[in-house]
Amino acid sequence: MELVSQHVKGIMEECKLRARDQGLTFDDETLEYIVTNRDMIELSPKVMIPTLYDYWVHDVRVLSGKGMYEAYPSNPYETVINTRPAISFYNDNNPDWLNVMIFYHVLGHIDFFQNNFFYKNTWDIDLTGQALSDKRMIAQLRSEKGRWVDYIIEFSRGIDNLVGYQKELNQYIMKDTRHKLSKTDFYFDIFLQKIKNVPQHEYLKEITRFNAIINGSEDFFDQVIGKYPEFEELYKKELSIKVKPDQDVMEYILRFSPFLKEEENTWIKSVIQIVRNTSLYFQPQIRTKIMNEGWASYWHEYLFMRDDRICGHEIDFAKVNAAVTSMPKVGLNPYALGLRLFQHIKNMEDKGCYSFDYMFLNDEVGKKKYNQDKNSGAQFVLKVRENFNDFTFINTFIDQEFIAEHDLFVAGKRFNNSRMTWEFYIKSKKAEDYKEMIIDTLYHPPEIFVDKASSKKGILYLNHKFENKPLKMDFIENTMVGIEYLWGGPVHLETSEPVVSGKTETNHASFWDPASHKNGEKRSENIKWKRMLYVMENRKVHKREL
Amino acid sequence: MITLDELLERDRRREEDGFKRKIRIGRIVKPGSGGKDKIIIVPTTVEEKFIHDDIKLDQEPGEGEPTGGTGEGEEGDIIGEQPVRPEEGEEGEEGSGEGPGEGEGGEHELESNAYELGKVLSQDFQLPNLKDKGKKRTLARYVYDLTDKNRGSGQVLDKKATLKKIVETNITLGNIPDVSNIDTAKFIISPQDMIYRILSREKDYESQALVFFLRDYSGSMGGKVTQTVVSQHVMLYSWLLYQYEKQVETRFILHDTEAKEVSDFYKYYSYKVAGGTKVFTAFKMVNEIVERENLARDYNIYVFHGTDGDDWDKEGKQTIAEIKKMLNYVSRLGVSVVEHSYVGSKQTEVEKYLKTSGILNKYSNLIKLDVMGEDADDSRIIQGIKRLIS
Repeated sequence: MELVSQHVKGIMEECKLRARDQGLTFDDETLEYIVTNRDMIELSPKVMIPTLYDYWVHDVRVLSGKGMYEAYPSNPYETVINTRPAISFYNDNNPDWLNVMIFYHVLGHIDFFQNNFFYKNTWDIDLTGQALSDKRMIAQLRSEKGRWVDYIIEFSRGIDNLVGYQKELNQYIMKDTRHKLSKTDFYFDIFLQKIKNVPQHEYLKEITRFNAIINGSEDFFDQVIGKYPEFEELYKKELSIKVKPDQDVMEYILRFSPFLKEEENTWIKSVIQIVRNTSLYFQPQIRTKIMNEGWASYWHEYLFMRDDRICGHEIDFAKVNAAVTSMPKVGLNPYALGLRLFQHIKNMEDKGCYSFDYMFLNDEVGKKKYNQDKNSGAQFVLKVRENFNDFTFINTFIDQEFIAEHDLFVAGKRFNNSRMTWEFYIKSKKAEDYKEMIIDTLYHPPEIFVDKASSKKGILYLNHKFENKPLKMDFIENTMVGIEYLWGGPVHLETSEPVVSGKTETNHASFWDPASHKNGEKRSENIKWKRMLYVMENRKVHKREL
Repeated sequence: MITLDELLERDRRREEDGFKRKIRIGRIVKPGSGGKDKIIIVPTTVEEKFIHDDIKLDQEPGEGEPTGGTGEGEEGDIIGEQPVRPEEGEEGEEGSGEGPGEGEGGEHELESNAYELGKVLSQDFQLPNLKDKGKKRTLARYVYDLTDKNRGSGQVLDKKATLKKIVETNITLGNIPDVSNIDTAKFIISPQDMIYRILSREKDYESQALVFFLRDYSGSMGGKVTQTVVSQHVMLYSWLLYQYEKQVETRFILHDTEAKEVSDFYKYYSYKVAGGTKVFTAFKMVNEIVERENLARDYNIYVFHGTDGDDWDKEGKQTIAEIKKMLNYVSRLGVSVVEHSYVGSKQTEVEKYLKTSGILNKYSNLIKLDVMGEDADDSRIIQGIKRLIS
C-alpha cells in the first residue's frame, strides 16, 4: 500500500474544485492509496477497513477470495471507505484520463457519505482509528483468553443485524433539538410528585425555598441531597432511561445478562460492544447501495463530460462507462439503476413534474409535453441525496415514466419441461411490480426484540415481529446457541412458520434438476402461518406450537 | 495469514468446546476452454444469524426468482432461454480432440489441489486388508527415522561409532603404540571423527493398490445427492493421493443403465445426469476389467461405489451376483448410499437388497455400507469414509 504520486494527487485536487463548483460538499482532506488486487482480496472481508479486528471468518473469506480470484480474476477500479479523512484505494496507476473519471466517482461517494443523513451516526468518528484501538484490545484479550475471544465474536456477530440502527440514528438527529431534563425539572416534576409523593404544602414550601435562593441552585440542591441522599443517583438513572428508551437485543444482553455480570466475564462486554459499534457503523452503507453507487456514477458521468482535461479520450471513456453503467438485459446493476433514477429525477423536477398539476393529468400526450421550465433539478437531486435511503428512494421515485423511458420490466424465469430449459420472459412492465421486485432485494433484517414481560425466571424471550417472511430455519439453532452463551440462561424465540413446514428447501434442489422433484409436491394456494416457540436450553433446541 | 491447516485444526477444537463445526471445503470451478475446467479447493463458512428466508411459498412450481430486465417487448414475450443443465459437450463419448497430451494440464491442476485437500483430511486413515501381492512397483509411504549417519554434525551423537572412528584415526596417525595398553587421554580427536545420527526418510514398503471409483449418474441423482457422493469421492481420492504419494492407481466408472469408464477423475467428477439406473452394470464392468487385465494377481483392489440407492433391478439379483464375484478378489468394497430427503427413513432398494442378501454380515470384513442423507455435511462425509475403510 502506498500513496498515489504527487502528479496523480494533483489531478484529484483539480477534480475536487470542479466537483465543488457543482454543489458537492466534502472535507478538504482525502487519502488515496495504490493497492494490489491481492491487498483488495485481503481487505474485502474486513469491509476494506485495514485496521478492523482480526477474526478467522475473515481469513476463510480471504482464502476463498483468493481461490475465486484464481478462477475469475477481476480488477476493481476503486473502493472508498467512510472515514475521516476519507480513504480510497486504487488498483494501479491508471492513465490520467481514467483517473479523472475514477476520482469523480470517488468524490461522488465521499460527498454521499458526508451528506446523507442516514450516515449521521458515523460523522463524528474516525473509523480507522477507532477500529485500530478495538483491534489491539481484541488482540490483547486473545492472548489472555485464547479462542474464547473468537467464540464471543462469533456469537456477537450472530446478532449484530439486530442492532437498533434506526433508534440510534433518530437520537443522533434529534440530539441537538431535544431538551435535556434539568435537575430542577426532575426534582419538582418527577422526584417530589411521582417518587416521593410529598403532600402539597411541602411541595409549595420547596418552591418558595427555590425562589428565595436567587442564583445558586447548588445551594438549593445541597439541602435536597442532605434530605434525600439518593437524589443524585435517581436523577442520573432517570437521564439514562430517557436517553435509551428501548434496547436492542445486544444492548439488553449487555445490560441484563447474569452471565456477563460475573466478575470474570466482564471482558466479554467490551467484545460485544465492539461488534455492535462496528455493525452500527456499516448499517447506512448497506441501506444506501443503489443510491450511493448511482450518485457516484451520476457525477462521474456529468463531471467527466464537462472536463477539458480529457479531450481526445471521449471514446475510451464511453467504453469504460458503458461497461460500468449499462443496464443488463436480464439482471440488476445498482450502479446503472441508481444513475438512471437520479437522471430521471433531475429531468422530472426540471420540468416541474413533481406537482399536483402533473399528477392530475390524464392523457399521455399532455404528460409528455408538460414542461414548466422550473430547472430546479440540480438542487433537487442534492436534496434527495441528503434525505433518502434505498427504500425511500426506490419507493418514491420509480414511476411508470421511468419504466417507459428505459424499457424496464420484471423478468420472470420459468422451467420449460419439453425443452429442458429455463425460459426468461417479460413478466410485468408495471412500475408497481418493478418497484416491489427491487425492494425485495434490499437489505432488511428481521425485527426481533426482547419481550420483557415474558423474560422471567432467567429466560431471555425474543419476539420476532412477523412480516410475511419466515426466518431461515437452518440458521436458528446455531444463532440461539450463541445467544444462550452470552445470556447465560435459556433463550426462547417466538416466530412464525408456514403450516406446510419441513419442505422449505424445494427451490434449492429444483435449480439443479427441476424434473426430478415434481413428484408429490403440492402447493397450497393460501399459506397459513402459525406461531412457533423455539426453546434453547443447554445447547439443545426444540420447538413447539404456540 | 492463517493457513487452511490451522483453520481446520481450529474447527476440530470447536467440537471439544461443545460447538458445531463451521468450516466446509468448497470447490470453485474455473471454466476453461474445451471443457477443461479447473477445480479450486477453498474453505467456506457461513455466519449464521436470524435472517429472512428467501423462499417464495406462493411461487408457481417451476418458476424461478424474478429479476430486473431491460429491452423491447410486451408482457409475456419470451426473451431468451438457458439450458437447465450446464453444457454436456462430451456427454456419452469423449470429445475427439481430447488426446491424453492435451488433457494433462487440467488434470494436473486438480491433482495438486486434491493433494492439498488430502493433506488436511485426517491422516489416520489407512487402506484396510493390504496383502503382499506382486513385487515390482511397490506402493510406498514414508516414515522418518534416525538411521542416516553423518560426520561432523547431526542430531544425536553415535558414541560407539564415534569411538571406533577415533581409534581408527589414532591408529593411522601412529598414536597408539601398544594396542593392549591404550591411554585414551592421549587420543587426538578430529571434529570429523564425531559421528552423528540424522533424520532420514525411509520408504515404508507396502503392496500395490488399485482403486475403482464407481458412481451412479442416472436421472434420479440430481442435486445434492450427486454433490454429496462426489464430495465423498473427492475426499477419498484426495486422501489417497496424499497418503500414498500419488502411487495408488485409480480407475473411474460411471453408470446409468450402462457403465462406461472415463479416463480421469475430472471427468468422473463433472459428468452430469443421464438415464435410468442399473447398478450391476458398473460392478460387472469392474469384474470384466479385473479379469481381462489380470489385475487381481498383482494388486490389492478397492472398489468404492456411490449411489442414491435407486435401482431398476429391485431384487438386486444381478447386482448381488456381480458383487459376490467381486468379493473373491477385492480387499474392500465400500458402498455409499446417499438418500434423497424425500425418501425419508424408507430404505432404498440398494440398501434393502444388500441387507436381505446377507452378504454384509457374511463378508463383513470385505464389504461396507454407509447410508447418509443428502444434507450430510463434511464431517459426516469424512465419518462415512472412515466407516468404508475401517
